[in-house]
Amino acid sequence: MAFLEATALHASYGQTRVLHGISFAMEEGTITTLLGANGAGKTTTLRALCGMVRTEGSVSFGGQRIDGRATEDIVRLGIAHVPDGRGTFVNLTTEENLRLGAYTRKDRGAVEADLERMYGYFPRLRERRGQQAGTLSGGEQQMLAVSRALMLRPRLMLLDEPSFGLAPLIVKELFGILRTVNEKERVSLLVVEQNAAMALDLADHAYLIETGRVVLSGSADDIRKNDAVRRSYLGY
Amino acid sequence: MDALLHQVLAGLATGGIYASVALALVMIYQATHLVNFAQGEMAMFSTYIAWSLVNAGMPYWAAFFLTVGFSFVFGVLIERIVIRPVENSPVLAVVVVFIALLVILNSVTGWIYTYTIKTFPSPFPEQPLFGNKYMSSHEIGAICVTLVVLMLLYAFFRFTPLGLAMRAAAQNPESGRLVGIRVGWMLALGWGLAAATGSVAGMMVAPIVFLDPNMMGGVLLYAFAAALVGGIDNPAGAVFGGFLVGVLENVLGAFVIGNELKLAVALVLIIGVLTVKPSGFFGKVHVTRV
Repeated sequence: MAFLEATALHASYGQTRVLHGISFAMEEGTITTLLGANGAGKTTTLRALCGMVRTEGSVSFGGQRIDGRATEDIVRLGIAHVPDGRGTFVNLTTEENLRLGAYTRKDRGAVEADLERMYGYFPRLRERRGQQAGTLSGGEQQMLAVSRALMLRPRLMLLDEPSFGLAPLIVKELFGILRTVNEKERVSLLVVEQNAAMALDLADHAYLIETGRVVLSGSADDIRKNDAVRRSYLGY
Repeated sequence: MDALLHQVLAGLATGGIYASVALALVMIYQATHLVNFAQGEMAMFSTYIAWSLVNAGMPYWAAFFLTVGFSFVFGVLIERIVIRPVENSPVLAVVVVFIALLVILNSVTGWIYTYTIKTFPSPFPEQPLFGNKYMSSHEIGAICVTLVVLMLLYAFFRFTPLGLAMRAAAQNPESGRLVGIRVGWMLALGWGLAAATGSVAGMMVAPIVFLDPNMMGGVLLYAFAAALVGGIDNPAGAVFGGFLVGVLENVLGAFVIGNELKLAVALVLIIGVLTVKPSGFFGKVHVTRV
């Protein structure tokens, strides 16, 4: 059984069905990306994986079923979600935000070390450690969201549009760190992106989602070479 | 001058009590964005429990701490049993539940203990401390107890991981869940702490206003004014507001408008703040994009 496996996942908001039986799988230590246009159901897929929307179908993680479990229990299994809109605790300080990321951990000493590690990845956050997180710039808040997720020491990280609204240079920095995290710490990444070119550069595998279904899947290289993808999502 | 000083100091003593209740209101407001109208009656009910314990022969401080513990559990239970089911209901439904709680607690207490006014003991000596002529020992003691409670709450929310998690859960429940916080329990804990804080206020004010099922009506109104003056989403502001309202009430009551109109001070403050500066002195102005 794959590390993360979703089978025939359905999800709806009230009467509106958004996912129509999505199935995909990823192996531990890899980077997988879900591509698709606005409204394809990418964000909902991530929310479904960690129990934030009502779903039908099954999700398994590390060999156990996690569908139907509460979000806070899924987090405890080692799945960190960097949500759409970053989910910053705007009235708390940067450092408090980071500490909350490690809320479920009991190894205090290691948490302190990880805090330093995050400040090493993103020196800007160290400068802003005592500042209210809501006053951080968009890019800084995205760095904070990623760091907060890493503070969990996750086995799997779900990233919802990490490049959204960021300057190209900052996106490059952020993706560089994501690659480091994946290679050095073996954190598996599931990345949802509209910026298909960046996502395919980062990922090993890709799924293309259209109106709540997987329409294409394969290695990132194969997907990149696919004519339809090239024309619709990469634009050349 | 002496009389003024006396009124100001006495105002600080009751102000501390308003500050505690205001803080309890703010705690619940931050999590639910609603004012718990039953906060005063919950405190009143707790005070009756303390009265029963003392009357059964328990030493004052033992009864005090047992009551605080009882109130905490009582608050948690109210959240779990009464508030939880209406969590996602329209505002009006929740307000009706708050008012129902107020009426139920009031009449149940009246039914158990009757509406006869009772005296409530003070743990502090009857002679003024150090022979000062400005404040009674109970007033000084009440201020000290209030300050200790406020400092404990501050330290808890500011320095402990659980306090941090409670603030996070109140502020952004969804992100709270995403870092593994059990948000539902944090809300219940908040209710427990608010009820416990209120119970201390009840036990401190009861020797002054005497014990009866309606004793917290006025206190709640002053506390509400205090919370609004300070900014209903700002705990420190609510505490400041509490002391300010206490002093204003006393000084104006003694020298300007007379005791009969004292409660009107609170109402004027409430209306004044809501019309002139709805966010209070220290509150944040919330801007919503439409």
